Amino acid sequence: MESEAVAITVTVNGMSRSLQVQASHTLLKVLRDQLGLTGTKECCSMGECGACTVLVDGRAVNSCLMLAAEADGCEITTIEGLAMDGRLTALQESFLAEGAVQCGFCIPGMVMSAQYLLDHNPHPTEEEIKEGLAGNLCRCAGYTRIIEAVRAASSGAGASTGDAAPSKTGSAAPSKDAGK
Amino acid sequence: MPGDASPGFGFRLARPRSMEEALDLLSRYGPRARLLAGGTDLLVQVRAGKAAPEVVIDLKKVSTLHSDIVQEDSFLEIGALALLSDIGRDPRILGFFPALAESVATVGSIQIRNRATLPGNICNASPAADTLPALLVHEASVSLQGRGGKRTVALSDFFLGPGKTVRRDDEIVTSVRLPLPKGREGAAFERLTRRRGVDLATINLCCRVEQSGMTRFAFGAVGPRPVVAVDPSGKLTRPGLGAEERDRRIRELLQKTSPISDVRASRDYRTAMLLVLSRRALERALQRLAGGEGA
Repeated sequence: MESEAVAITVTVNGMSRSLQVQASHTLLKVLRDQLGLTGTKECCSMGECGACTVLVDGRAVNSCLMLAAEADGCEITTIEGLAMDGRLTALQESFLAEGAVQCGFCIPGMVMSAQYLLDHNPHPTEEEIKEGLAGNLCRCAGYTRIIEAVRAASSGAGASTGDAAPSKTGSAAPSKDAGK
Repeated sequence: MPGDASPGFGFRLARPRSMEEALDLLSRYGPRARLLAGGTDLLVQVRAGKAAPEVVIDLKKVSTLHSDIVQEDSFLEIGALALLSDIGRDPRILGFFPALAESVATVGSIQIRNRATLPGNICNASPAADTLPALLVHEASVSLQGRGGKRTVALSDFFLGPGKTVRRDDEIVTSVRLPLPKGREGAAFERLTRRRGVDLATINLCCRVEQSGMTRFAFGAVGPRPVVAVDPSGKLTRPGLGAEERDRRIRELLQKTSPISDVRASRDYRTAMLLVLSRRALERALQRLAGGEGA
């Protein structure tokens, strides 16, 4: 029952993977170091900055606060898993179009949190966008354009046909987690 | 990844499938074991060197523990593994215990609430834990299971001090129970932070008023453990209560608090804001009691 190495099976960005992970390794470490998915960033390592945000069974979580072993049997979406066939999602395009990226370090986490928001609340108010991104810090303080990018993605042509934010993540949560 | 090299990250992980197995592990390792539900406090503590468990026992595969919220005749039972994000949007929680929903929505961030559990927030026993004031005014109780059997402890008797509870080393919290309202009532949660998002509370508190006039307050971050203060006189709910008498009565209830100065606020500021936030919570609780706006 107790062991140093743990065998897990996870689906990462649509691909099933059987892995041996160290019991004490976080999901973040395994994604980056074992699977080479370095789009997910390590920053504060204490659940405050959101740079490591990924979707686990459709829910946005801090991958630094989750053991890889806890992800056994789960479906994980990282920033690498959003684009399909080399085509960015409307949300990603919107980040580019709005110039929402400065140094870029927080952006994968921002995009994942925004994706989670739009998956469950396709037309958020500005307040809801702020609430939805409250767990993600940008040290460049580029919040205005980040919020604008999410707003634009939510009101863009894609959104009106319902495919601006293709949910690749199941639908574990009902709408408006961000609402208070 | 520097974090994982910190002391304590050499723990072994146990993933028991049954309660019996989990309790066996707990009694074998005692204080050298830590229980894992959401992990949002535990992993931070391990990384900071504040916890160095030999074994971490992941409770999520224990067959008898669950994440359901079950309504019985006289109470609502929240399974130990229910996520804060699910609790905060459950229609019964929103309907019966809107102040709890308000407080749950302030814990950490969305990412944290998508992992964190109520027993985790309770057993971490931070004096500033945001869910505690609402749970306390609603007279929540905690169900525990040990090898010797089960017991239920009123949440008001659960906390001994920062990080310290009456949970024994060989016990596991299986659920949190909230008695259903017996009549009309209203409750509201208030919180003071330095910034709005993802901050620990400088003060948090909850007020609950019942039609009988019974008024309960619970205050967080103003003592070594959350403080409950009750005014059964009915005077705080009386229409036409003057501001002066209201403040005098609230101040009496606040005598049980013992705010200190720390990185988040001075003692004086906390003392002043306790009154302000208590007024607000009382006002919103009364609005809800009256069935008016205030949600």
